Amino acid sequence: MTELDKSGAAAEVLTGGDTRGAGPRRPRARPGARGRGVPLPLLVPALVGLAFLLLPLIALLVRAPWRTLPDQLTSPEVWQALQLSLICATAATAVSLVLGVPLAWLLARTEFPGRGFVRALVTLPLVLPPVVGGVALLLALGRNGVVGQLLDSWFGITLPFTTAGVVVAESFVAMPFLVISVEGTLRAADPRFEEAATTLGASRFTAFRRVTLPLIMPGIAAGAVLAWARALGEFGATITFAGNFPGRTQTMPLAVYLALQNDPAAALALSLVLLAVSIAVLAGLRDRWMTAS
Amino acid sequence: MTRYTRRTRRTLQVTGVGVAALLALSACSSGSDSSSKKDSSSASKDSAKKVTGTVTVFAAASLKESFTTLGKDFEKAHPGTKVTFSFGGSDTLAASITGGAPADVFAAASPKTMAIVTDKKDAATAPSTFVRNQLEIATLPGNPDKVASLKDLTKSGLKVVLCDKTVPCGAAAQKALDASKLKLTPVSYEQDVKSALTKVELKEADAAVVYKTDVKAAGSKVEGVEFPESANAINDYPIALLKDAPNAEAAKEFIALVQSVEGQEVLTAAGFLKP
Repeated sequence: MTELDKSGAAAEVLTGGDTRGAGPRRPRARPGARGRGVPLPLLVPALVGLAFLLLPLIALLVRAPWRTLPDQLTSPEVWQALQLSLICATAATAVSLVLGVPLAWLLARTEFPGRGFVRALVTLPLVLPPVVGGVALLLALGRNGVVGQLLDSWFGITLPFTTAGVVVAESFVAMPFLVISVEGTLRAADPRFEEAATTLGASRFTAFRRVTLPLIMPGIAAGAVLAWARALGEFGATITFAGNFPGRTQTMPLAVYLALQNDPAAALALSLVLLAVSIAVLAGLRDRWMTAS
Repeated sequence: MTRYTRRTRRTLQVTGVGVAALLALSACSSGSDSSSKKDSSSASKDSAKKVTGTVTVFAAASLKESFTTLGKDFEKAHPGTKVTFSFGGSDTLAASITGGAPADVFAAASPKTMAIVTDKKDAATAPSTFVRNQLEIATLPGNPDKVASLKDLTKSGLKVVLCDKTVPCGAAAQKALDASKLKLTPVSYEQDVKSALTKVELKEADAAVVYKTDVKAAGSKVEGVEFPESANAINDYPIALLKDAPNAEAAKEFIALVQSVEGQEVLTAAGFLKP
């Protein structure tokens, strides 16, 4: 029942509490100190929670059109959508890493007025309905948007209805996951290592690059995984900002939604593909990233 | 050292898989809902003869303005009643009805989407056509791109949005394009007619093929261009009482209002054609 830990760990990362292994100075967990039995007030809700999370998944597998599955999945549109989903989610994760890690550092390691407020703003896309996020992006970066019309007239760049637009929408929704995760890890990591590095003559950027970054790598990896997963499943902001065109902006969630309209069996088949790919990629990441840390 | 390296590994691994499962679930759970079959043998409820309570109406997005007006009229005519609406793509609504959504009345934008409900035997009465709707091109105010015909939409460089083919307005647009042997590549296939219109209202698209009623409802935010090919693709709007209607009596009254003279007046004022 390793699934029991999965959702719990996800929530832990969200609250920025996942710092185990990040700071070498933190006391190590002592297995002997743990009680043998699991307290009932924890076990019962935990099992109910687990069942609640797994039941829809099981229902999906039970009702999946296994017999027609091969036919459903041979259409080129499915593969097109899957390819686009993977490319865009990965690109969005890259954007989130490049912009999000420095932002997390700024929030965790510097003092400036209104920092708490800025931190709240950063997490806003988490609570904002994605469709609202999509409309906001249109108003900001659309052809007629506040910044978008400048992009259009100066560089001839219009983001809506393009694959780049999908990446923008997914990054907008996914980046807060990474920022929160990395910031939580940074807060828990001991700043004295950086201070020691700067005392020894390293610039603050060198200290970040050579000391902080390796220290918080597990947090970054966890944040990246969360962001990638969120981007892969992103629907509302994408369909609002980037529209829906097969091969260009139609990602898997959009394909699933539209297939659901007239062919629920096809939607189920698509969902299974998305699920299988997510699990395969995340399981693969475990071996490549986590052993390195 | 090895112990907590392993711990970190495991934490990250389970985090990722857990999140993936969560996200995949959120995208898929509605799919398993709609495939669940309803028990069709349940008897119709004996509801009170007096019209009261809440009527829940699932109606095509294009009916939003006129049905909202009719809902207010209904509440005025029958004190103690309340009409709540769910407007959306007809196919989405049909899927939620067959999935067991508690609705009294379904008004669809095409017989095809109504058939999804009647095929599952979820309608209590045979659907009857209450209005028809014709397509129109919505362009930016002042029509800066000089769109005068359906053919003009195929000009390169023009950003056109259509409804997805699974949605009635998209199916109708495709029918009109096929009938005039035109090939149009839009920038996006939108999930319902209002989304398509919104893209023009926000000036992100140059034109959209939507219903006459939508152009009228948008007022000065878009400019309508009629095209003769739309005569080949007029949509019938059927309305039906649903089998599992929680408030069948009031629902019947609402359908009667929609089909009445004053109901038809509201609808034609919004740009609908008489059946």
